[in-house]
Amino acid sequence: MPGQAPTAGEAIIDREGLQALLDALSARGFSVIGPRVRDEAIVYEAVREVADLPEGWTDRQDGGHYRLERRKDRALFGYAVGPHSWKRFLFPPQQRLWRAQRTGAGFAILEEAPPLDRWAFLGVRACELRALAIQDRVFLGGSHPDRSYAERRRGLFIVALQCGEPSGTCFCVSMEAGPKAASGFDLALTELLSPGSHRFLVEVGSPAGEEILGAIPHRPAGAADRREADALLASTASRMGRSLDTRGIRELLQDHPEHPRWQEVAARCLACANCTMVCPTCFCSTVEDHTTLTGEGAERTRLWDSCFTLDFSYLHGGSVRKEIRSRYRQWMTHKLSTWFDQFGSSGCVGCGRCITWCPVGIDLTEEARAIRASLPEPTHA
Amino acid sequence: MRAADPFVPSLFRVERVSRETADTITLALSPTQGTPPAFLPGQFFMLYAFGIGEIPVSVSGLSGEGPLLHTIRAVGPVSQALCQLEAGDVLGARGPYGSPWPLAQAAGSDLLLIAGGLGLAPIRSALLPALAERERYGRIALLCGARSPEGLPFGPEIGRWRSQPDLQVEVTVDHASPAWRGSVGVVPSRIPYARFAPERATAFVCGPEVMMRFTALALLGAGVAAERIFLSLERNMKCAFAVCGRCQMGPTFVCRDGPVFPYSRIARLLSLREI
Repeated sequence: MPGQAPTAGEAIIDREGLQALLDALSARGFSVIGPRVRDEAIVYEAVREVADLPEGWTDRQDGGHYRLERRKDRALFGYAVGPHSWKRFLFPPQQRLWRAQRTGAGFAILEEAPPLDRWAFLGVRACELRALAIQDRVFLGGSHPDRSYAERRRGLFIVALQCGEPSGTCFCVSMEAGPKAASGFDLALTELLSPGSHRFLVEVGSPAGEEILGAIPHRPAGAADRREADALLASTASRMGRSLDTRGIRELLQDHPEHPRWQEVAARCLACANCTMVCPTCFCSTVEDHTTLTGEGAERTRLWDSCFTLDFSYLHGGSVRKEIRSRYRQWMTHKLSTWFDQFGSSGCVGCGRCITWCPVGIDLTEEARAIRASLPEPTHA
Repeated sequence: MRAADPFVPSLFRVERVSRETADTITLALSPTQGTPPAFLPGQFFMLYAFGIGEIPVSVSGLSGEGPLLHTIRAVGPVSQALCQLEAGDVLGARGPYGSPWPLAQAAGSDLLLIAGGLGLAPIRSALLPALAERERYGRIALLCGARSPEGLPFGPEIGRWRSQPDLQVEVTVDHASPAWRGSVGVVPSRIPYARFAPERATAFVCGPEVMMRFTALALLGAGVAAERIFLSLERNMKCAFAVCGRCQMGPTFVCRDGPVFPYSRIARLLSLREI
């Protein structure tokens, strides 16, 4: 499965080939999840046909702003990223952990069955591949690997997309997370559109990918196809809507927890938790316990939670982080700084979702810039 | 073979319930199958009350000596449910988790065990093995305090510890009752009365965070090195193995990197408000 470096021998498929790819994945037992237009956004849901894809749509994004617009062409992947991220399939927003049933003198625990679905993700961008790798470290890299995540992750087939359409809030180049997907996929597509020609350059990233490619109509790619794909990626890299100076950012944030900027951003932040819900790496959760009406059965459910809620840090006597200032500081410092201490990398992939979906348009790149700019140079090597 | 699910607890039966104070009990727990799990002093388990929820609770007994002991104060829905359990009832438990009191590291030095309120429970899990291997340590002093005499857990046992010749016991309360003959004041105020050589002393501290902060400062003032002062912290926890994210304190996960930390590692974090 994903992980190996792409092999040589790139191929070209057309729209019919893309349908053949969906059919081949389906025939091998995969449920294909890909982009679709729903509720005026591009979200990730089950797709069966090329016609399900957001043909001719793009997304215009800025701080607190997301609109779908028609494109002039028939691109199927001509958007950036929407409010969904792939984490919702591997780490579901709401997930029963186990059930318990009263027995004579006590109770018995009933474990959850392994997941039935084997997913194929279609259209995973480089930033999202990086997010998957980051969540792999969180859920699988510790002393107690998360079994349900591991079971969902194990059977995954990934069709990556070499990004040709960054949005106004993208900064994957700053985070060195994109736009090129170099590994971690089974197949990678580059959508090549020119007058009279709509085709996809296919890179193979694993034996499973190679097998699928062999089963669908394709022709070898030529040097001109590769040049066109390279030019597209170079263009994407040059059109980032945002940028973040990551030099010494771990120290920049950890060394300035009392910076007045935290208070300024708190005056704008609603503590609504949108940024954490749309973030492809945010992993915090809570649990809820329920009993049946008779009291004979009980269950535990894990739900996405956010460091922006008061309940998140609650101890008897009150919450540790009462002020929004402390909660925003926790989120941004964790994402860009303490994540390095915990997991050896940044927690940010530069996808821009937190900026786009913030109802008041708070921009973490701007917040980091403001803190950096207020300090005498050169504070951080 | 399917991997084990780290969220699934094992089942334990309540062997007995001992009342410590008006709102605090100690549960003695034995697994419904097999032998009690081994643990290190200062570690904690996640205890589950049927249908109500799960909370982290430190061990308060000795590993390998009969049932698992957990001392619990009824403060929230789960701890209230656990405090209502009776002998024969079943609960869920998973663990042990977290960093232990570094007893091996403290061998050969004077040992200061300092507890505020229910903090005496995890401190007890260090005192018992220290007393069991008394010759490994220099002088041992137990300083403990509570808001009132009635709020002191392990009362009868503190009485027995007091009569032990090779253990100094200092007890203080914030608010005395008419019958109280002991000292009145906060726990750090007893540090000057403890007999120890600061340059070769190790301190274990557990209690409310504000009490631990002031105790650590008093210990530093008395000449104990920050690297030899250990605090056991408390944070909101749902998983206990660093995936729920809730117990973060700066770069640390209290469940995984703690609950026992050397003061030298967390002094700066403790000095920050709402970190």
